[in-house]
Amino acid sequence: MTEQLDAGLVAERIAESDQLGRPSDAHEVGRARRRKEDARLVTGRTTWTDNIQLPGMLYVAFLRSPMAHARITRIDTSAARARPGVVAVHSGQDFADEQGSLPCAWPVTEDILIPDHPPMAVNEVRYAGEAVACVVATDRHRAADALEAIEVDYEPLEAVVDMTEALAEGAPRVHESGNRAFTWKFAQGDIDAAFRDAPVVIEREYVQQRLIPTAMEPRAVVAATDGETFTLHSSTQIPHVLRVMLAMTTGIPEHRLRVIAPDVGGGFGSKLQVTAEEVLALLLTRRLGKPVKWTESRSEGNLTVHHGRDQLQRIRIAAERDGRVRGVKVELLADMGAYLMLVTPGIPLLGAFMYSGIYKMDAYDFTCTGVFTTKMPTDAYRGAGRPEATFAIERAVDELAAELGLDPVEVRRRNWITHEEFPYTTVCGLTYDSGNYEAATDRALALFGYDALRAEQAERRARRDPVQLGVGVSTYTEMCGLAPSRVLGSLSYGAGGWEHATVRMLPTGKVEVVTGTSPHGQGHETAWSQITADALGVPFEDVTVLHGDTAISHKGMDTYGSRSLVVGGVAVLSACEKVKDRARELAAHMLEASADDIEFSDGSFKVRGTAQGRTIQELALAAFAAHDLPDGFEPSLDAESTFDPDNFSFPHGTHLCAVEVDTETGASRIRSYVAVDDVGSVVNPLIVEGQVHGGIAQGIGQALFEEAIHDSEGNLLTTTMSDYLIPSAADLPEFTTDRTETPATSNPLGVKGVGEAGTIASTPAVVNAIVDALRPYGVHDVRMPCTPERVWRTIAEARSTGPAGTGGPPEASAAGSAPTSEGGLR
Amino acid sequence: MPRITVSVDGVTYEEEVEPRLLLVHLLRDRLGKTGTPIGCDTGNCGACTVTLDGRSAKSCSVLAVQADGSEVVTIEGLARGQEWHPMQEAFHAEHALQCGYCTPGMIMAAIDLLKDDPDPSEEAVRRGLEGNLCRCTGYSNIVRAVQRGAREMARQEAPRETRPETRQEAPAS
Repeated sequence: MTEQLDAGLVAERIAESDQLGRPSDAHEVGRARRRKEDARLVTGRTTWTDNIQLPGMLYVAFLRSPMAHARITRIDTSAARARPGVVAVHSGQDFADEQGSLPCAWPVTEDILIPDHPPMAVNEVRYAGEAVACVVATDRHRAADALEAIEVDYEPLEAVVDMTEALAEGAPRVHESGNRAFTWKFAQGDIDAAFRDAPVVIEREYVQQRLIPTAMEPRAVVAATDGETFTLHSSTQIPHVLRVMLAMTTGIPEHRLRVIAPDVGGGFGSKLQVTAEEVLALLLTRRLGKPVKWTESRSEGNLTVHHGRDQLQRIRIAAERDGRVRGVKVELLADMGAYLMLVTPGIPLLGAFMYSGIYKMDAYDFTCTGVFTTKMPTDAYRGAGRPEATFAIERAVDELAAELGLDPVEVRRRNWITHEEFPYTTVCGLTYDSGNYEAATDRALALFGYDALRAEQAERRARRDPVQLGVGVSTYTEMCGLAPSRVLGSLSYGAGGWEHATVRMLPTGKVEVVTGTSPHGQGHETAWSQITADALGVPFEDVTVLHGDTAISHKGMDTYGSRSLVVGGVAVLSACEKVKDRARELAAHMLEASADDIEFSDGSFKVRGTAQGRTIQELALAAFAAHDLPDGFEPSLDAESTFDPDNFSFPHGTHLCAVEVDTETGASRIRSYVAVDDVGSVVNPLIVEGQVHGGIAQGIGQALFEEAIHDSEGNLLTTTMSDYLIPSAADLPEFTTDRTETPATSNPLGVKGVGEAGTIASTPAVVNAIVDALRPYGVHDVRMPCTPERVWRTIAEARSTGPAGTGGPPEASAAGSAPTSEGGLR
Repeated sequence: MPRITVSVDGVTYEEEVEPRLLLVHLLRDRLGKTGTPIGCDTGNCGACTVTLDGRSAKSCSVLAVQADGSEVVTIEGLARGQEWHPMQEAFHAEHALQCGYCTPGMIMAAIDLLKDDPDPSEEAVRRGLEGNLCRCTGYSNIVRAVQRGAREMARQEAPRETRPETRQEAPAS
């Protein structure tokens, strides 16, 4: 590493090295440690799955259906087989007896329809991009070339693109069993009473457009076998879950299957999946006895990585005149796509408990219908159900405020759970353990300059500025730390939500932490080292974190749902405590004292009131030598722990967004963005801030730029990064971030999780701001993404269809005076 | 097949290549330069950015034969031994990467950006890196890292007697 650092960095490094002596006030937890992961990533010494080369390796390419819905009447692979370098060509028929069905682990209702999902289509394709054949060749180019020589005859069937039409009588069927996958209901309190004679009822429909997660690393798989055991490298978030599921799907015994997630370039839920390509790679290596590799292109990925969101939401709020909410009723249609994948049906249900947000109310009613369409299946995407819920309630609360002529922050204050009311059991039955919405909101308002922006807004409205200013508020909470196993069981999820850690004290005093979490950008190697360094009193540098390989990390539930720190980090802490208990017992023996008289601080076990002691490193060596151990003491200090939380965690925060909307062009520009998040105690503020930044960016992406668009025949039109727009640096503002810290009471670290917070909070903040800017034009909603064209059309439409005057001058409505016919859109 | 001579990270290679072979596939599949990843197939993402005769190029948009006689530097050729390039240091110091997949291209593009604008404003960095996409960071820390790297590169390049006083950097938190 260079010594020619700038002075600031040098000073910081010196400060860091000073801490190696570990003075008693030194804590690793809470420090802005630079990441251990970075060295290999900034120098290019990475192990992405596509980097892996094995002797004799063959390359797989898939032929994919160009139609959304069709019967396969003939496949001729003979010409492809004759191409140079081609080792094998297979159609779905060749795998029919062994490929099984891709798993769905979340049958949300007893009568849910879970259609067979063959990894490679055999008789019928149900979305454009579904694999119908594959070529295995000596290099990737030859494999791709030979695809062109495969002949497939399709008999077109009717595409099913629209959810409402899919449910209509006589609609063409995606599967014989019908297009309604399930209907799931949840109700608390007397919803009819809440709406009966309610002074104010707000009813809105929102479209959660379909998104493509777009992790920067495309998926890749390398499968190999020695005839007995199988090794699968995959760009996955879930090596452990994948191993179990692949064993069940392929029949390869679990103990002969090793799954490795090497360096993984982002996931955001998209790599929380058991994919067709993973299964087929294993089947191909079993067939051919050679290692095989498949790497998707981005265009292939846009078609075949599971998509996110895609819900139609109807939300109704019953409220008093003063803005207090009586009850909320939600009806959802959730687009499953063509099949139910790993947790497809459960995604909207993860939001089911979040539509009450941070608010108190007496009644709640939720219905979700899962609908099959001939599109790529949907599944987890950052936030998974909770962004949709938060968007709907936060948008609707703004509508309520507008209806009542109240400030949107004030309406929230009148409804939210106050800090002295925690722990608070919500109408949805969740017990929020801690929080302080007042503190986060007050801090955000101050950083944002809320009053000044409102004054500017009024001034722009008054002078009919074609560029209007909108202020968007989003006060969110989410349920994180997935999940208490008992709760998952009650929701019919197929597994638990615990997490595992092993802490090994090596003879030289260094520490190996083995975690069941599977990071792909989150910095677990750094954060888990900080937790371990504090718990064991060892230097941060002396800790190595191992993960992502089922042969090394034998047990785990992997990384998604903001769970890693809240469940996996706590497991690390708990395993460290067990190591310490063992070390204490050994120290007592060596020092000829009672274990009760042994004190631990700064990595040393001392006899109370004396200088006599042993360091944890000395004890590790003594345990290794095993010359003088207490009777019955196994020669090791190692310990493991499996932690299963009792409750979810509930991060919260207030995000404020100021957007300038050019009413002549429809263009929106985010002028400022303030996020004050409360994620409980913080292990590494650098990592937390980074997660918040990235989350906000993805939420803004949904609000302004991103949408997977299908034509009426079910063809995806946004197959490339030229068509599906994720935000670039030039599209985003600088974010102002701050934190309040209300520790979680549900775990010993006090942590709540941060991975999804930004995404959940930011989308409604941005759209609320745009709608706020346009309210004087009679605009009550802009469908996402709020592209310039859509904003422009919305203004035009409001002007032409609204009641007389709604397209009038901005200042009229703002001031509450009678609108005139001038101004507005010109 | 055409025969090309290309220097990559200071090593000269002579290779026979298909005319259609992309530079990025030459780098990754033939020369083992896997530090340069591929993120898309339309030239949008910039993950595969390298320098070609001193200027940044998306190696997915260059044919290997076009690099004949050229000098290519990849992320793997930036450090001198154990000594990182200031831009690599800056990305680490500012937490400008999470999954790290876009990072090689981002760093190579950032270094090239400074050739035209050695002291870029926030706005200039954002515009200059428009062709490099990151899905993790939201770019704020990348912008800071590029500005930090720029200052350090200017300091290192300045003659000793005229070096400006080094500025104290607050940790990013």
